[in-house]
Amino acid sequence: MSDTMAGFELHQPIDVDDVLELKRRYGTAGWLLAGGLDSLDWFKDRVKTPEAVIDLTDVEALHGVRETDDGIEIGAVTTLTEVERNPVIRRRFRLLAEAAAQVASPQIRHAGTLGGNVCQDTRCWYYRYGVDCYRAGGNTCYAAAPDAQNREHAIFGASRCVAVSPSDTAPALVALDAEMIIRGPEGQRVVAAGDFFMEPSVDIQRMTVLGPDELLVAIRIPSTWAEAHFYFEKVADRNSWDFALASVAAAFRTDRIAVDDVRLVCGSVQCVPRRMEAVERAVRGRVQTPEGVEAAGALATRGAEPLAYNGYKIQLVENLVKRALRSIAA
Amino acid sequence: MPDLIGRDFTPPDVRAKVTGEAMYAEDFRRDGMLFCRLLKSPMPHARVHGVDARRALAMDGVVAILTPEDVPTQEEPGNNILTYEPHFVGEPIVAVAAVDEQTAQDAIDAIELDLEPRTFCVDPLESLRPEGPDARRAGNVLAEGGVSSHKWTEEDFSSVAEGRMPTGEPTMQWSYGDLTAGFDEAELILDESFVTASNAHHSMEPRTCFAYWENGKCFVHGSAQSQAFTHPGLARYIGVEPENLVFVAEFCGGGFGSKGSAYPEMSIPAHMARKTGRPVLMRVSRAEEYYLGRARCGFQGRIRLGFRVDGKVTSCDLYIVQDNGPNSGFGDLGSAADAVSLVYTPEAMRFRGVRVLTNTPPRSAQRGPGQNQIACAVEPLLDKAAAELGLDRVAIRRVNAPDSETPYGDDRGAITSAHLREALDAGAQRFGWTERRGRSGERNGSKVRGVGVGQAYHSAGSSGFDGLVRITPDGILHIHTGVGNLGTYSYAATARAAAEALGYAWDNCVIHRGDSREHVPWNLGQFGSNTSFTMTRTNWAAAMDAARKLRQIASIRLGGSADDYELRDETVVHRARAGVRMSFAQAARWAMEMGGPYSGQNLPGDINDMTRRSAEALAGTGLLGVARDDRVDATVPALAAGFVEIELDTETGRVEILDYLGVADCGTVLHPQGLAAQVRGGAVMGFGMALTERHVYDPRWGLPGAVGLHRAKPPSYLDVPSEMDWDAVDIADPDNPVGAKGVGEPLMGCAAAAVLCAVSDALGGHYFNRNPVVTDMIVNAAARRRQSTRPLATNTQ
Repeated sequence: MSDTMAGFELHQPIDVDDVLELKRRYGTAGWLLAGGLDSLDWFKDRVKTPEAVIDLTDVEALHGVRETDDGIEIGAVTTLTEVERNPVIRRRFRLLAEAAAQVASPQIRHAGTLGGNVCQDTRCWYYRYGVDCYRAGGNTCYAAAPDAQNREHAIFGASRCVAVSPSDTAPALVALDAEMIIRGPEGQRVVAAGDFFMEPSVDIQRMTVLGPDELLVAIRIPSTWAEAHFYFEKVADRNSWDFALASVAAAFRTDRIAVDDVRLVCGSVQCVPRRMEAVERAVRGRVQTPEGVEAAGALATRGAEPLAYNGYKIQLVENLVKRALRSIAA
Repeated sequence: MPDLIGRDFTPPDVRAKVTGEAMYAEDFRRDGMLFCRLLKSPMPHARVHGVDARRALAMDGVVAILTPEDVPTQEEPGNNILTYEPHFVGEPIVAVAAVDEQTAQDAIDAIELDLEPRTFCVDPLESLRPEGPDARRAGNVLAEGGVSSHKWTEEDFSSVAEGRMPTGEPTMQWSYGDLTAGFDEAELILDESFVTASNAHHSMEPRTCFAYWENGKCFVHGSAQSQAFTHPGLARYIGVEPENLVFVAEFCGGGFGSKGSAYPEMSIPAHMARKTGRPVLMRVSRAEEYYLGRARCGFQGRIRLGFRVDGKVTSCDLYIVQDNGPNSGFGDLGSAADAVSLVYTPEAMRFRGVRVLTNTPPRSAQRGPGQNQIACAVEPLLDKAAAELGLDRVAIRRVNAPDSETPYGDDRGAITSAHLREALDAGAQRFGWTERRGRSGERNGSKVRGVGVGQAYHSAGSSGFDGLVRITPDGILHIHTGVGNLGTYSYAATARAAAEALGYAWDNCVIHRGDSREHVPWNLGQFGSNTSFTMTRTNWAAAMDAARKLRQIASIRLGGSADDYELRDETVVHRARAGVRMSFAQAARWAMEMGGPYSGQNLPGDINDMTRRSAEALAGTGLLGVARDDRVDATVPALAAGFVEIELDTETGRVEILDYLGVADCGTVLHPQGLAAQVRGGAVMGFGMALTERHVYDPRWGLPGAVGLHRAKPPSYLDVPSEMDWDAVDIADPDNPVGAKGVGEPLMGCAAAAVLCAVSDALGGHYFNRNPVVTDMIVNAAARRRQSTRPLATNTQ
């Protein structure tokens, strides 16, 4: 709670190789900065005090939306406003534009980037406060304690840590079968969005698979779901500058009667965007009926394990999934 | 007559605000200045056994440390300047000054504290249990004799599991009328428990402060709602004679009650500047504002209301346990009880209460302190009674509404004027209540319409303070006002009363304010919705004194008696003898020649020392009008009614406010644009109180979970309608020379209450008995799920 940044060395490289070289040089003492909406809070609170900050915003190659042979590629430092307004994204992958438009506030979307939005750290208020929890390298979870204030926390997939993925765009990217283009010392690797986010059972101190020397350079969206029927909805306490209590991102191949194929992903209910595969299976190839929608809603929350203050998320997720399915016929 | 009252005008501070030229405390710089940071308590209650600052003081650029020994000790349980026994997370222990802010914070981080954690409490009811924790070593409640230990019995708590508020031994109580008889004759009795949340003030400008000393005088640039009223308290905190303090507070980026009078943190830069001999700026950060920025007191309460068949309240039995924070707090609970006595006019009433200490941020007034919490608790219950009795919701409020003869509070004192019924009638008509009520419960998919009406009250005026005006030889009227500039522009609107009284064109008037060197009189602070009433009276009184002197000068210099003259077009004119006249400018010159009372060489004996000093400084520079306002021995009520239509989504818990109307009973409207801004701003704050804003504390560690704007969740632009309507009954108050009384505070409470009523309406009469009603509570209620929050718990999610 110092609210005063500590000093650091600021690097403003202009190409990706220099970024990687700086990252290699500083290791974990080097911090990648995009829009700064996640980073600056950490710095001001002095919970994170990097030796060097590597500002990505001058790296031209990380900016912009490009059409490819099979879809589009979005530079990781493209702002959320650019994503929200891009005509190709709006026409072909509207789900992502709608999700980007729901992030925080207009001011934050002007500065915040798509890469930053998916890579941001969790917003668990205990962790952000700077307590010595599992995720911070300690040996307890404050948010899972019996009296803990855990209204925003996970109902699925908790493993010691009960924090959730806060990103609004991440569920949309998973639903669109996006690919995350990662550069590192060994070159480039491509990871499916569905595999990009880190379960606490695998590594409790990371939110993504990005290694300490790696950089997310771009996000590719294949044409698989182009111009499909989409549904995105975020529920939060306020209409701006608020993280989701739960969100749903869905893509349907449908003739408005039957569903040929579907991706249905929920945000802010688990440490990673939660793909609702059981619901997808139940829906795929079927004509939607009111009874089927009800059943799918119940299926969505099977296995949920609520904490003391977040039982409502079960109802909320059921409602959001049903709303997504009802939108097909709407 | 210039007819300034009730007309829009451009307040003189607007241009600087919209152009960014306005200088707030943080904007001042001086050569050699230092920056100061605070080492704050990481624990909710602790004893500091040692502060090892050797490493910090050895750092380059670090100049000094200020410890609790360096500053005056405050009488318990007052708010401390610095302390070795912090009672809340974020309470300042020591301060460090350095050549820049980063170095100061580096030094803070290098200080080693030897801290012993102590028992703490974040829920008042828990503290009242027989073995419950005490927030302070001296005890857990604040009563008349100070802090003491006060516990209820296990038996008292037997009702908690069913969600019924226990009502053990109170520490304060009063009653009037025959309570039992009232309940005996009641057709309907409601017995309800309720919880209203504590919440932060979110002042946009944190309480940053800049100070330096020159030749024995201390200069302080602070963030304050009030000017004159802040001065003596700040002088005490600093330890300087009031006449040797220069206090500058020209602009204030929001206070909402938290900057109404001097606060101890404001003195830290002055102490540090005295110790170092250099100017010191202490920038308070956004996060720190959630520790030091005060908060509203939460309530855990129970109310029993008896209603006749026509909806009239016969008896009211009210019990409030107040979350008082760790220190002296504020008297919200008593104000809440007084509000109930007036707004619902019960024929008999009993109030009981306890102020319980918790290790959460210090409490102060927040817009409608007590009155607005109780509006949130009681207004939905009126709807419940209306439903059970088959009455319209506006009608049940009309039946109970006060008029100008209604007695007030436990002593059944007089009020100056009350027109709540007129406000309800005007609002119902303008809002189209009858038609909208027909839409109540209308469904569109998962969305349901709800409509609500809410009311609130706050006392809105004081008297007996001083006014000071001056006419200079250029004919200009100088209005010296010490009220402060909270941001409502009422300092200017009320200054116009002096111009009105003297018949001045507004262009020929100058307001002096915002700086001790502007020679301001002793005025009440800009808080408590009082300014419109209080300051029109003082400015009027000073103007009347000037008018009397103008006529006297005319009679002495031009012949005849003073009564032969009248004031017209900034000229003193003989009523009968054409051409016998004297301009105000000429009168000012003659006043300076004549001296004595006319130019301030002789001053009234009953004015305050501050006014005297100011008048003495101005003496001889023109014609001085200086006078102490008479006392009004009655409560001045501000009343307001709010009407709202919402759409509630039963599947997502989202509440969209479709339309809002606020109607004020503020006497004669002084400044329509100013009132409109108050109606809208109050409504926005009220929406937050109803739906999103609350303190959250981890009960095991005492850590705050609602620090920062995005976690404390005041409404954003996108959470409120872009257009909101307003109206006023515009009936003059008889005890004010221009008919005005204040209204800032109830405009928030009526909106909060109206929204809560509308939410219950949309949910078919589901009453939460708790606010805010947040998203998950609506999702749970709509799905008939059990709520997560434990019954009656507070400071919780």
